[in-house]
Amino acid sequence: MDTSAPLLDVSSVAKSFTMHLRGGLRLPVVANVAFTVHPGECVVLGGPSGVGKSSILRMVYGNYAVDAGQILVRDQTTQEMADLATGDPRLVLDLRQNSIGYVSQFLRAVPRVSALDVVAEPLVTRGVERNVATSRAGEMLERLNLPSALFTLPPATFSGGEKQRVNIARGFITDHPILLLDEPTASLDAANRDVVVAMIKEKLGVGTAILGIFHDIPVREAVATRIIDVSAFSAREAA
Amino acid sequence: MTGTDALPAYNFAYLDEQTKRMIRRAILKAIAIPGYQVPFASREMPMPYGWGTGGVQVTASVLGPDDVLKVIDQGADDTTNAVSIRAFFAKVADVATTTKTTEATIIQTRHRIPETPLEAGQILVYQVPIPEPLRFLEPRETETRVMHGLEEYGLMHVKLYEDIAQHGHIATTYAYPVKVEDRYVMDPSPVPKFDNPKMHCSPALQLFGAGREKRIYALPPFTDVVSLDFEDHPFAIQRFEAHCALCDARNVYLDEVVTDDRGGRMFVCSDTDHCETRRTEGHRGTGLPQTEGGETASTSREAAE
Amino acid sequence: MSTQPILSIRDLARRYGAFVACANISFDVWPGEVVAIVGESGSGKTTLLNCISGRMERSSGEVRYRMRDGRFPDLQDLSEAERRFLARTDWGFVHQNPADGLRMRVSAGANVGERLMAIGDRHYGNIRQTAADWLERVEIAAMRIDDKPVSFSGGMRQRLQIARNLVTHPRLIFMDEPTGGLDVSVQARVLDLLRMLVADLGLSVVIVTHDLAVARLLSQRMIVMKSGHVVEQGLTDRVLDDPRHPYTQLLVASIPEN
Repeated sequence: MDTSAPLLDVSSVAKSFTMHLRGGLRLPVVANVAFTVHPGECVVLGGPSGVGKSSILRMVYGNYAVDAGQILVRDQTTQEMADLATGDPRLVLDLRQNSIGYVSQFLRAVPRVSALDVVAEPLVTRGVERNVATSRAGEMLERLNLPSALFTLPPATFSGGEKQRVNIARGFITDHPILLLDEPTASLDAANRDVVVAMIKEKLGVGTAILGIFHDIPVREAVATRIIDVSAFSAREAA
Repeated sequence: MTGTDALPAYNFAYLDEQTKRMIRRAILKAIAIPGYQVPFASREMPMPYGWGTGGVQVTASVLGPDDVLKVIDQGADDTTNAVSIRAFFAKVADVATTTKTTEATIIQTRHRIPETPLEAGQILVYQVPIPEPLRFLEPRETETRVMHGLEEYGLMHVKLYEDIAQHGHIATTYAYPVKVEDRYVMDPSPVPKFDNPKMHCSPALQLFGAGREKRIYALPPFTDVVSLDFEDHPFAIQRFEAHCALCDARNVYLDEVVTDDRGGRMFVCSDTDHCETRRTEGHRGTGLPQTEGGETASTSREAAE
Repeated sequence: MSTQPILSIRDLARRYGAFVACANISFDVWPGEVVAIVGESGSGKTTLLNCISGRMERSSGEVRYRMRDGRFPDLQDLSEAERRFLARTDWGFVHQNPADGLRMRVSAGANVGERLMAIGDRHYGNIRQTAADWLERVEIAAMRIDDKPVSFSGGMRQRLQIARNLVTHPRLIFMDEPTGGLDVSVQARVLDLLRMLVADLGLSVVIVTHDLAVARLLSQRMIVMKSGHVVEQGLTDRVLDDPRHPYTQLLVASIPEN
């Protein structure tokens, strides 16, 4: 793979919120966001909390709309750069399916679905046979030391750390070339944190481009290849 | 204008000529579209709904002075309904009446088809209480008309499915739905399903009149009439193990008659003319010499069991 | 990505005299996609659903459907026979009140089997087996196959209605508040079932709901309606997490947590 070609190319991105319920109050968040992420890189978004790190991550995943700018994502199927910022919902869904994965801070638990199925689902929707996907899911959860008694239970009743491990397993089970991580280790103990660090390094080793937020300094130091100070993009002072 | 001397105020066959024309037009349309329910302007008749007002209007409209009329109710010529309607037409049309199937040109019937096969030139007029076979599951007339129009008849099988699910076989024994000329599903009026095969390709003209519901439908001679069924639950008529206790007839529709208050009963032809004709021909059933007791061993059962 | 939409709505409007029930509605539904139409009572979402599904005449606009043979006609140009055939084979409609979508006085088995009989299946044993299989898929015990829906709980009735709709392997399902009349715990079960069936069968769905949690769980795309007009549409998670229109912000702010 040509390591010089970025998988993610963000330029001139701006984001603000308009709070219509508060008289149209406009809250600028970031402006002129620009960076690239290459294969095998782990780019960490740094800066104090509230500076817009999560917002950037969410824009890159298409979860937040952007006011301006481009978010070019290399489409895994076509190898072309597609603009997710202006793309219609179907393009975003397609990129999420094949090109860009996301591990959120919290697991949004679906009622009545077992932990194993939650983890296996991304593989199943990509056409992997259910029993293959389920056994892969089991391996992931075992590696993250989730008690096997919990595998068949819905995660809604799990502790924060257990839920987060399910969330991580679900995010890491696919081979998306781009992976977005929003504080994946926040609620984990030291042993499991080390497992996640090892998993991130494996992803980098096979050329995955990672963009993440890590408040945990040891983790950040262990995985980051580059740190971007988001304060530089802050639109608060400018406004 | 051939009113009788006794009732000079009445037109021939009670109905005025304009009404008869209107009904004949409906009949012609019904014959042209076998199995299709043609609306008509049903008149008040001097008898209550449910007594055959539809059949009587059809009969009145096709009756001519030279016709010979037979009226049966449940196969019998001598029940109240049959006697009354026969007397009605004898009075208002002064036509000849008969109880003999073979002598009649027009037979008005409630709930049976004569056992003696009908012939070309005869007309069988059915009294119909509810002409719409789909009503059981779809009460909206607007919807059932569309369903007929678009040939959407899945619902009929829902009813038969329910029968099998509940009883293990199709338990509908009368008013058993039929498909006419592979097009319209039709309610054959409440005749026992035993009579359904007699409708198929009959040389006689069959007319159906529903007075309260204001519908007329028809089966022209030699029309295909197929009873609905499932591949694995084919249509079958009732089969009687008993012979008629009076005339020893087999393969006819039998009525069970209670003969005393000690459980005595016997099975006799429901078609009284058929039974009498056989007896005059010398056939004698086992019940005939005995005045009580009868054939207690006889039972009827469903062929489909 | 699928190359062609299965359903395409353009400039659809429905007026009652001067009153506009819905207008300027345009959107596509793609194969395998779930689109949620959300909005409060009176926003025109059910009128819109009825116009799209051919249950109500529209005043103007286009509704095109991709037939199995690839044709893409406006539904108005189909004969009534074709439309009704589509409605009972290629489409499904799940009503909020199961009694509107079921025959309450015939057995569960016959309710499921009716569509099969409507398309000419005449083998009782096969129909019954298929009905039993579908009851199992919607988690209704096979022993209830001869019971009538009047004896079923609300959740069971709704699951039966779903089975009745899916037995002919339709490609497009319309749902009108499918969990609207159910208790919360029962709702979760029905929702979960719908989610699994939609994914397993690759169904395209247009679902009307006022419940944003239902929209989030089931749909990929969302259309927000107010006073008969679309005020916002897009990816479901984007509309819910980054609502832009004042009305959408109000809707999202009105739920405790979603």
